[in-house]
Amino acid sequence: MMRRHLAILADNKPGVLTHVAGLISRRAINIECINAGYTEEADVTRINIVVSVETDWELDQAIKQLAKLIDVIKVVNLDAAPFVGYELAMIKVKCTAAGVREELTNLARLFHAKVVDVQRESLVFRLTGREDHIEALLKMLADYEIIEIARTGQIAISRGVVPVKEM
Amino acid sequence: MKMTGAQAVIECLKQESVQVVFGYPGGTVLTLYDELYKHKFPHILTGHEQAAIHGADGYARASGRTGVCFATSGPGVCNMVTGIATANMDSIPLVIISGQVATSLIGRDSFQEADISGITTPVTKHNYLVKHAAELPRVLKEAFYIASTGRPGPVLVDVAKDIFDTVFEYEYPEVVHLRGYSGTYTGQAYDIDKAAAALEQSACPVLLTGGGVILSGMAEPLREIVEKTRIPVVTTLMGKGAVADTYDAHLGMVGMHGSYAANMAVTNCDLLIAVGARFDDRVTCDVENFAPNAQIVHFDIDKVEINKIVRADISINGDLRWSLPLFSRKVSQSAVDFTARQADWRITVLDMKQSHPFATRRMAHAVSPQVLFEEVSRRTDEDAFIVTDVGQHQMWTAQFFPVQRPRHFISSGGLGTMGFGLPAAMGAKVACPDKQIILFTGDGSIMMNCQEFATLHKYGIDVKVIVVHNNVLGMVNQWQRMFYDGHYSQSVIRDNPDLPTLTKAMGVPGFSVREPAELPAALDTLFAVSGPALLDVFIPEDENVYPMVPGGKRLDEMVLGGVDA
Repeated sequence: MMRRHLAILADNKPGVLTHVAGLISRRAINIECINAGYTEEADVTRINIVVSVETDWELDQAIKQLAKLIDVIKVVNLDAAPFVGYELAMIKVKCTAAGVREELTNLARLFHAKVVDVQRESLVFRLTGREDHIEALLKMLADYEIIEIARTGQIAISRGVVPVKEM
Repeated sequence: MKMTGAQAVIECLKQESVQVVFGYPGGTVLTLYDELYKHKFPHILTGHEQAAIHGADGYARASGRTGVCFATSGPGVCNMVTGIATANMDSIPLVIISGQVATSLIGRDSFQEADISGITTPVTKHNYLVKHAAELPRVLKEAFYIASTGRPGPVLVDVAKDIFDTVFEYEYPEVVHLRGYSGTYTGQAYDIDKAAAALEQSACPVLLTGGGVILSGMAEPLREIVEKTRIPVVTTLMGKGAVADTYDAHLGMVGMHGSYAANMAVTNCDLLIAVGARFDDRVTCDVENFAPNAQIVHFDIDKVEINKIVRADISINGDLRWSLPLFSRKVSQSAVDFTARQADWRITVLDMKQSHPFATRRMAHAVSPQVLFEEVSRRTDEDAFIVTDVGQHQMWTAQFFPVQRPRHFISSGGLGTMGFGLPAAMGAKVACPDKQIILFTGDGSIMMNCQEFATLHKYGIDVKVIVVHNNVLGMVNQWQRMFYDGHYSQSVIRDNPDLPTLTKAMGVPGFSVREPAELPAALDTLFAVSGPALLDVFIPEDENVYPMVPGGKRLDEMVLGGVDA
């Protein structure tokens, strides 16, 4: 399986996500994650998806099918050129003893994670990084009691001056 | 100008030169129908919403214009979903305007509420939910533009009930601004040069015509190419009529029920030029071994179709209205003597065509389907529109009935929708009132929308309906006979009502015929009726459609059967 990062520029209109999600399910495109957000242009939404494909043909079909949607302006495979991709994870861990809190705070420092919420029974890590970085922290946290995890999935952007809309 | 949303819809229809709407009223479209009433806008009221959408579809297929339907929310427009999917698979331009519950009620499981834009997302080219009156003109302008340009398709516009009553400042946009869609597609001219060069070098070429040739109105330049090169032609179901069936090197339909010559020619050719075809599995059969020795040239407007199923060696991605005239010019200027170069190949394919024609059993005491089609064909001219339903009779019509002109063969190809025929034939007649419309249907298919005989009668829509009646769901029955040990599970329908009695109850005269000797007179009687009429023709229960490529097999592994089987 190959993982490929696609950046989709679409009209910022109701129904766009339905159309994209509907296509992904009906064409049986395997996606690892999907997220959407505003861009530098008010009427354009950027949908970031990571697809896993077996072959280049499958990737090519996915891109062409997505590009065919009326409200999709552009689809770019970011893997075709150097890019940076990161993910945000928030992890809530149980911690009732002061010693445990000390250990967890040390871990956070080692992983360059921030502790963004501290309560008597829990604390929340915020970590931005590549997937393996997040996985490494999760592995360390396996010795503790993880209450909840929320992850964005990767968003990616090309290196250099050229934006996706001009690719 | 100030007007209500309902007035705006009618105004948009006028701007788009819409001549007729097929539909069925209901709670959420009362204001729209009130406006239709005030404008005396032409409208065909069908007996069922499914028939309204197939009617608009038949209208679009026969005329090339965009078909338009109205339906109410929930059950009304849900009844159209099959028809929308049918049009989507065959790339037919339709605009469906449906009522939705009032904006304040959306999302509350209100009476007759269904999320139709959600439901139809996978089966429309595009769809909209309109919750603000001011958007309505732009959305309708876009809907008509999207439906009819590029690769055509159905577009659904779902309008909340209160929008029809909202007064707003109406202005119809002159142009469409869509950043993600252009509607015009031209490719690279050098790809056409490559295609022409490949044709010049080929000793054994085949031209595969698809529905795109008909949708784009580009049969003429294609026929020029055929005329110049005398290339053997095979067709998909949707491409029937692109090149006249009477062309001597037309080998007929290719695929699961394709002719021996067409299937063998595709298997043995060294060059396959596919034009506006998408290599459906009913065409390719075992796709790994489809045209194994051929260089593939693929003309298509839709980028997605290129390399989707069959890998193209040369692809010409663009509108056929751009590519075919250029290709035709290139070929006509060629110094190559195509007929000389292809002489041996031509003899080979013509031999195959002659030695293995389509055939069904000829019987002394029962009507042979083949004879039926020959007799009907003898009584019609080449300007008649031939419409089919889905099943054995559909394949026989494609095999036996010669069609000379584009758009004159109308059939549900991609989706294979039983019940399509009667309403589609009705729509074709509405589009072409001075043309003869003949529907071939089966005793299974006809029951799926038989209420529309009442619509034919009500509006005096002259469709001649010929039921190829075998008391079974023929295609299901054939598969059960061939692959399921003759277990005719739920495929025997001997207890169907008497069809002439049924149609007479709805005001349409009907006749039946069982004896071969009586067939000619029965057909004469049918065609002598002015207005719609039905002829119920009984054929044997166990007639198979041959050739047949069993599932997963190669085209050249077809079962021939036929005449004396």
